[in-house]
Amino acid sequence: MLKNYIKIAFKVFLRRKFFTFISLFAISFTLVVLMVAVAFLDHTFGKQPPENKQDRTLCVFHMVMKTPDGGGTWSSGGGYKFFDRYARNLNGVEKMSLCTETEPVFSYHNGEKIQSYLKRTDGEFWQILEFTFLEGAPFTSDDEKNVNFVAVINDATRKKFFGDESAAGKTIEADGQRFRVVGVVANVPYLRRTPFADIWVPISTMKTNNYRGELMGNFNALFLARSRSDFLAIKDEFQVRLKQVEFPDPREWNQMYGVAETYFENTSRSAFGRQENYQSQNAKFLAALIGAMILFMLLPTINLININVSRIMERASEIGVRKAFGASSWTLVWQFVVENVLLTLIGGAIGFALSRFVLQAITKSGFFPYAEFHLNYRVFLYGLALAIFFGLMSGVYPAWKMSRLHPVQALKG
Amino acid sequence: MIQLESVEKVYRTSKIETVALTNVNLSVRGGEFISIMGPSGSGKSTLLNVIGLLDVPSGGKVSINGQPVTSYSDRHLAQVRNEAIGFIFQTFHLINDLSVVDNVEIPLLYRRKLSGSERRKLALRALDRVGLHARVHHFPSQLSGGQQQRVAIARAIAGNPRILLADEPTGNLDSQMGDEIMEVLKRLNEDEGTTIVMVTHDPRLSGQTERIVRLFDGRQVN
Repeated sequence: MLKNYIKIAFKVFLRRKFFTFISLFAISFTLVVLMVAVAFLDHTFGKQPPENKQDRTLCVFHMVMKTPDGGGTWSSGGGYKFFDRYARNLNGVEKMSLCTETEPVFSYHNGEKIQSYLKRTDGEFWQILEFTFLEGAPFTSDDEKNVNFVAVINDATRKKFFGDESAAGKTIEADGQRFRVVGVVANVPYLRRTPFADIWVPISTMKTNNYRGELMGNFNALFLARSRSDFLAIKDEFQVRLKQVEFPDPREWNQMYGVAETYFENTSRSAFGRQENYQSQNAKFLAALIGAMILFMLLPTINLININVSRIMERASEIGVRKAFGASSWTLVWQFVVENVLLTLIGGAIGFALSRFVLQAITKSGFFPYAEFHLNYRVFLYGLALAIFFGLMSGVYPAWKMSRLHPVQALKG
Repeated sequence: MIQLESVEKVYRTSKIETVALTNVNLSVRGGEFISIMGPSGSGKSTLLNVIGLLDVPSGGKVSINGQPVTSYSDRHLAQVRNEAIGFIFQTFHLINDLSVVDNVEIPLLYRRKLSGSERRKLALRALDRVGLHARVHHFPSQLSGGQQQRVAIARAIAGNPRILLADEPTGNLDSQMGDEIMEVLKRLNEDEGTTIVMVTHDPRLSGQTERIVRLFDGRQVN
């Protein structure tokens, strides 16, 4: 029976070429936009190297310090002193790492000015994050402790400085400092906030030691939990530690706020919450994302429903014949839903092909450095689910309306 | 085989009430070939639709093969139509997107126990019975009116129903083609014992049936 449904569906698609084109265009265009959005979200928040342990990692991205009356606010990354003194040895944390926010630096190479993004890290950074090393190895905690001017650079930076030659053991200059390259890693996309940089060097190579006495600064802290189930305890204990901070002059600043969280939680809290509010805003953020997606799909779906209703009503005679020869209303609903899902899947396939093309174009444009948007199996499954949902949404109502047709009326057309 | 007792059919809208059938009592024996005649609007097609379970009577009782079907659910009525009844329409009602053999297979699609090959075999046999075995892969638009009605008859008999309901089967055909169709129906009745109820305006055709039921303004007049 399914074969018959598919056969007639293709005949109908070919007979009504304009309708088919409009339907396929609406489905595929909507899917392309959704797929690009999903690929973007996946690329930004999904688990991918070097954040292979993302599901066990929490990070403090942002801190807030306030005056006693709450009127003055200092908002920035955390300070090295705060993290070093108050955030170490949290229960459930296997490893902790400190690193600075990525900052643009300039180098002069063969008379040419090169801009790179530089991040200062410790040795644990390379143990929590699993970079793909193309050459050499990461620097260690000892390098950091001993103020060794060593650097790990990415593949793009190697090309800029050394062309196709090996970089390990060679020296590069960045921000007026010289570093010996100990390792080269694969490029990490710009949108991966925690690991992204072009050049990674030890924290201790900072030009001054002032950072060691700061409660507020431009540091992030990474916590690798023993297990995801430890997240809540780690977050709670971090809040307790915040209360223990000794302020140099409590009349000036006497309150600190911050949250250990995932990048997704950080983004949702930035969108819907306040920095002082430690409650997760994930539910609101997800609801907003899903709501936006549904809203975006709703217009073409309503349009398709209308087209489908008129298309199906044009086939009233066929409906009458099928009813006369033994099709129940539900059998007919099934037939038309199959037709619609088939049309949607074809639109979905076109959408996937177009999405691949669009994502490749975005990747090649270099608008997001080192970004590689692609349709992985996870994105493919999201898309497939969306396509089927789309097909059902736009097919069920017309099919149900059609199935209510009285056979005699249907036969009269 | 078909039993109608005090059947009434009234079409109601918010403003008007139209009586289509009044107190119709009819009994059709198995293997009988009867015709229903009457002027336009006399209720012939309504009566045929009630017999064929395509329309629900407003009152009275309809029995098929001794079973009262008036209270059957949509699914159950669909099953009875599929197994017991075949329809032939004046305008053929073939699906233009499907080939001849696919059209004939339609009633068989709704029989879950039949495999694809069994359906195809039954459809081809039905086409053979109406003399259209050479046209199985044609499409309706490639056939003459007479051939299209033969396809419609093949579709009606493909599932071997014991009852055929024909609503002016020759109404859209010239007299020669009409005679050919009538011959096919007579053969089905005589050779295979199929019960046939045929609506017609043509006294030449009704004269060839065993019994004529006449309607006027929704009432039986004989």
